[in-house]
Amino acid sequence: MYAQEVKSTGERPKTLDEMAPQERAFQLRVDADIKIEPKEWMPEGYRKTLIRQISQHAHSEIVGQLPEGNWITRAPTLERKAILIAKVQDEAGHGLYLYCAAETLGVSRDALTEQLLAGKAKYSSIFNYPTLTWADIGAIGWLVDGAAIMNQVQLQKCSYGPYSRAMIRICKEESFHQRQGYDILLKLCAGTAEQKEMAQDALNRWWQPSLMMFGPPDGDSVHSAQSMAWKIKPMSNDDLRQKFVDQTVPQADYLGLKVPDPDLKWNEAKKGYDYGAIDWNEFYEVLKGNGPCNKERMEARQKAWDDGAWYREGLMAHARKSAARKLAAE
Amino acid sequence: MTTATKTDAALFEFALRMGDNAVVLAQRVGAWCGHAPAIEEDIAFANVALDLIGQTRMWLGLAGEIEGKGRDADQLAFLRDARAYRNALLVEQPNVDFAHTLMRQFLFDAWHHPMLVALKSSADARVADIAEKAEKEARYHLERSEDLIIRLGDGTEESRQRMQAALDALYPFAGELCAADALDADLAARKIAPDLGALGERYLAYLKSTLADATLTAPVGAAVRKGGKQGLHSEHLGYILADMQFLQRAYPGATW
Repeated sequence: MYAQEVKSTGERPKTLDEMAPQERAFQLRVDADIKIEPKEWMPEGYRKTLIRQISQHAHSEIVGQLPEGNWITRAPTLERKAILIAKVQDEAGHGLYLYCAAETLGVSRDALTEQLLAGKAKYSSIFNYPTLTWADIGAIGWLVDGAAIMNQVQLQKCSYGPYSRAMIRICKEESFHQRQGYDILLKLCAGTAEQKEMAQDALNRWWQPSLMMFGPPDGDSVHSAQSMAWKIKPMSNDDLRQKFVDQTVPQADYLGLKVPDPDLKWNEAKKGYDYGAIDWNEFYEVLKGNGPCNKERMEARQKAWDDGAWYREGLMAHARKSAARKLAAE
Repeated sequence: MTTATKTDAALFEFALRMGDNAVVLAQRVGAWCGHAPAIEEDIAFANVALDLIGQTRMWLGLAGEIEGKGRDADQLAFLRDARAYRNALLVEQPNVDFAHTLMRQFLFDAWHHPMLVALKSSADARVADIAEKAEKEARYHLERSEDLIIRLGDGTEESRQRMQAALDALYPFAGELCAADALDADLAARKIAPDLGALGERYLAYLKSTLADATLTAPVGAAVRKGGKQGLHSEHLGYILADMQFLQRAYPGATW
């Protein structure tokens, strides 16, 4: 899940009776699965929650270029290099698309970027983990994109039209990336002993962080009731996480890899896997900025922004000159 | 040595030169991913890198085919050392900043596009085929570089100064692209590749007029830096290859 731990208003959802007429009309539209569009009235809390959620999602796409981009120059074959570049390019495209969706809610991309760089806006915790070997590129495609898809597929039904449509477009590409990531691991697992070991090591390091992508356990989340009532978060964190585990464990089996969880066990009664406790302490530390790469990621984005100032100003100046020349010629 | 094998040897070298230009430049611009001044530029340079990797696969694939020793594009890209690389010195120059990166791209695209247009009429059908595909991509690359060179040259005082500094640093490498050696002359005589001298004149005229639109001036009397086509590189290439070839070298014989 790209937008994890989005705080909404923090209040329990109102009942229809408690709502003002405008609010009630809005909720009835949401309940009837009619999409909300940019020019319509919406509760302020709905607008704010969506801005946070969509911008976190956009920031995640942009920061998410870094761990994978780290291996572009070192990809082992021309084909793998091309696939990886195409993937990182897609992510930048998703970022743009999501910033546009956020802008329909009345906030600018520059303002959102400033919030990210000031540490006021979050991005997915997963991108604070380092890519140490080539197998990590496979693991990210398989697990991280897999978790993202699980979240985004249900967001295709989100009540806010622009976000829902963004998810439909993005999901198509993400599914492609996930297959390509899995394909990297298939190759490694069918390769030499060293390659297989590389794949297992990657799974060992990325498994827990991937489960954390779905956000904190439902019990800790007073905010999600309102988000669910507004249909901007159709399923709970734990339900999505369970779905992800159930889908992913057989894929690990197929690769011949071992999921690093001694408590992982098939539960016939619930027709799903039981899995071990997640280290929520680590999760909150990473969210607070104390993960392995938080500092590097933000420094890289800050540097790109600062170093690019002359470029952006140059283009603006040229645009002003051209407009003035055109006016003078008329 | 018969004429046919001589032609093949020259054509092998020529395909390496074209393919190595593409792969080395792709390494350089691919490194911008996630670090460019705007998301649009992350996307654009990733796009350019992707095109160049595609072209690498075609040229080095052809080189391997001509060589006939069973080496494919990957083996040629990942298992040749710097002395066997045939790219022009321009493409291996470091990114430095975004101005250098854009200027390097412009100086290359401005040569690459007309070169590929000419190669579409190559007497060798395989060369003509590759050029047919690559030319469309190179046209887009040039449109973008030209546009940015003009806008940033004629932007703020700072952007003009940065673009001028990049031009001063990189212009000496532009000459190599059009400096014909015996191999180029041989291929031109066989109508496989164009006469680089004539292409060079058009190249310089185009640079002059576009740089003027950008309010930039090419350095006067700059010595031409060359050697790349003969495998005599700058010190930068060794690092590019160490980075690029690491996995193939560390795990010999593995498939990926």
